[in-house]
Amino acid sequence: MHRRRPRIGRDFQWGAGVTKNLIGYGTYLPRYRLSGSDIGLRRGNRVVASFDEDSTTMAVAAAAVAIKGHRDPEHVYFATSSPAYADKTNATAIHAALRLPSASFAVDLGGTGRGAVAAWRMASLTGGLAVAADVRIGRPGSADEKLGGDGAAALLFGDGLCLAEVMGSTSLTEEFLDRWRSPTASTGQQWEERFGAQRYGELIDTAVTRTLDKAGLPNVDHVVLVCPNSAIVKRAATLVKGERSTVTSPVGHSGAADALIGLTATLDTAGAGETILVVSAVDGCDMLLLRTTEALLSARQPEPVIAQRGAGLGVAYLTYLSWRGLVEVEPPRRPEPDRPAAPPSSRAVGWKFGLTGSRCESCGFVHFPPMIVCTECGSIDPMADVPAAGLGGTIATYTVDRLAYSPSPPVVQAVIDVDGGGRCTLEIADTEPDRLTVGARVEFTFRRLFTAGGVADYFWKARLTERVQEEQL
Amino acid sequence: MTSRGIADKVAVVSMGCTKFGERWDSSTDDLLLEAIAECVSAVPGLDRSDIDAYWLGTLGSGQSGLTLSRPLGTGDKPVTRVENYCATGSEAFRNACYAVASGAYDVVMAVGVEKLKDSGFSGLLRADPPSDGTAPELSLTAPAAFSLLDPAYCAKYGVDPAEMRDAMTHVAFKNHTNGARNPKAQFRSQVSKETIENAPKVAGRLGVFDCSGVSDGAACALIVPAEAALSYTDCPMYVKALSLVAGSARGSMDPNYDYTTFPEVVRSARDAYRQAGIEDPNRQLSLAEVHDCFTPTELVLMEDLGFSDDGRAVKDALTGEFDSDGRLPVNPDGGLKSFGHPVGASGLRMLYEAWLQFRGKAGERQIPDARTALTHNLGGRPGGCVSFVSIVGSDLGALTR
Repeated sequence: MHRRRPRIGRDFQWGAGVTKNLIGYGTYLPRYRLSGSDIGLRRGNRVVASFDEDSTTMAVAAAAVAIKGHRDPEHVYFATSSPAYADKTNATAIHAALRLPSASFAVDLGGTGRGAVAAWRMASLTGGLAVAADVRIGRPGSADEKLGGDGAAALLFGDGLCLAEVMGSTSLTEEFLDRWRSPTASTGQQWEERFGAQRYGELIDTAVTRTLDKAGLPNVDHVVLVCPNSAIVKRAATLVKGERSTVTSPVGHSGAADALIGLTATLDTAGAGETILVVSAVDGCDMLLLRTTEALLSARQPEPVIAQRGAGLGVAYLTYLSWRGLVEVEPPRRPEPDRPAAPPSSRAVGWKFGLTGSRCESCGFVHFPPMIVCTECGSIDPMADVPAAGLGGTIATYTVDRLAYSPSPPVVQAVIDVDGGGRCTLEIADTEPDRLTVGARVEFTFRRLFTAGGVADYFWKARLTERVQEEQL
Repeated sequence: MTSRGIADKVAVVSMGCTKFGERWDSSTDDLLLEAIAECVSAVPGLDRSDIDAYWLGTLGSGQSGLTLSRPLGTGDKPVTRVENYCATGSEAFRNACYAVASGAYDVVMAVGVEKLKDSGFSGLLRADPPSDGTAPELSLTAPAAFSLLDPAYCAKYGVDPAEMRDAMTHVAFKNHTNGARNPKAQFRSQVSKETIENAPKVAGRLGVFDCSGVSDGAACALIVPAEAALSYTDCPMYVKALSLVAGSARGSMDPNYDYTTFPEVVRSARDAYRQAGIEDPNRQLSLAEVHDCFTPTELVLMEDLGFSDDGRAVKDALTGEFDSDGRLPVNPDGGLKSFGHPVGASGLRMLYEAWLQFRGKAGERQIPDARTALTHNLGGRPGGCVSFVSIVGSDLGALTR
């Protein structure tokens, strides 16, 4: 059978006056780790999202880092292959958790790693946030379980100082079957790996040649190569070699988030004026050639990917399987919670999604959740918003509840005094009960408390600020 | 705030109380009828039709007055169903007393009932309205909420956690010891301190034996004007004080609240003492029935009710001050801990012990010459609760121990 040579069309146009600058970025890697010995890895471990995390919550965490210190983005493009909802926009929850103004556009881009490239393209045209997140689930014993990883990354585009300029791009598309998943399945499948590897190899070759030729460069400093085909990932360094580094995603294949996690990890370390070739080979090949600027050096994210990748908490394999619904464990003898109701959730959107309390203008007393009548002085004048998501807090007292219903018992809750005033009682995420003390410092993290009736109960939890590498995994 | 009270205006002239426990063979109706039968039959010549009105307390074993009027056949008499969390039984009693004190009715019955064991779940169930899914109490169970007292108390008063644990154990040990002498209690065996300490943990450091019994039961009281009391019984129980405080839940929002006290209890106790003319509860009370839903709760209540100085409850409990032979017996009937906690019935069950003690009918538990008692009933959790305190006495006029 005759195979057509690829015809290459017009490339996406990047550049001054057309596209916005990359002005911020952020990565979020969940804290839990599956021990390599549980899943057949000779060394190391796998990054796994906690039971209370999904693509939406991880996207919030990455996006919050990317937009810190910047004007609110007016566009949010969210790419994931593991959406929390199929027939409801997930980006709206991200939008609400980031407390963005309602006069903005938030949209999901589904599918694969290509969705993240689409988000990147869109955000660079309109300004705003490109954020990608995925929870990768593999059947027990599968390569996806072993070689995948969960996480999120975000890029912010706007008119500020540019962290990395786009020098060129290439996109190739080809229809072939390498990896697939039915919309109703949680785990995917792959054709014989060698077939996809052959196809991807050709596509990458073509795209690299074309991209470098157009840019007039003989080589690049850094290569970030991601691909759902693990044979390609294994051969990354021989396919395209960076002068300074050639990396794949530091968490393994992370679906829609793969390319952005890889890129943000490189932005953590690349020097000024260095070139980065981003290769995302998914059902074709998307390639972006970037050159970093001086501005990057003072705009790196506070907790680099490598540090996030290193710190971790072990999770027992059986517990992990129950998180993903791959085994069903005996629940506590307690009723399951009711689904959150739509009207009260809508009325309380500032609290539920934005962790925003209220401060009495008369006496200064802070209320979590917001109140109409001041508990301290009785004033009924309108109160000021107190957004707490970015604040810290201190544990006043805490408990471990072994009786309560939870998707992953036990429930750990703490009474938290919020910096600047106010108190609330929240669950503790990523718990290490032994490290809880009265006086311990916490930060806030957007999570999914439970799911009932198909409705995700999104709300904020607290987690210990000081993370130690307590588990040698 | 005006709280005049109704001291010596009304009296309890009969009571009833079922055995508490896992009453698999008894329905809510059966429990109600059992308690009411005991109460009515104890008054010679009294007929059900003599009762003018009813106040029924239940947290979740029924709705509306029909929960009582249907099984009892009350003959179109008014029945008011009330609910105020775990203070529900006391709330039924309080409103029934006011109905008599107002002169609206001559004979009123307060009834409390709860059928908890039919659910198949552990602990109490909630019946929350549709919500945004953010309230901590939606996931945090009652033992966990009250376990918050333990680390906070240790931190504030510099109490060694081991000593705190000993005091919690002593509370459970004492209440089980008392309950073992109570034929109507859910748990009737002595429990060793070792068993209490080594029990499986439920929440925080609270083990199974730090928690009150989940139980079925009912209790009731017949209330008449004080001046009519002696025509029903030669040993009435006079109501000296009734106080209820519903807190603003400020503690859950206020960093100045330290989870070592219930401000609502402090206020309701102060109000009740003033209504009853009590200056020194330790000297003027013969016994106290308090809301020992969990062992740290009882410790904190000793301070909030003025039985111990702040920070002293642990020591006082450990030296036996509140044992049945101590300076002030607390929960001589076994308390929620071993008598059991059928929510709507508990407030009336506490009064039932005072009723028996005043009449000298408390059997092995009898406190010599008991004349004045306090009952304390709490609903909610640290940080936001309702608190009820009553003072009852065997005599009209000034209180005597």
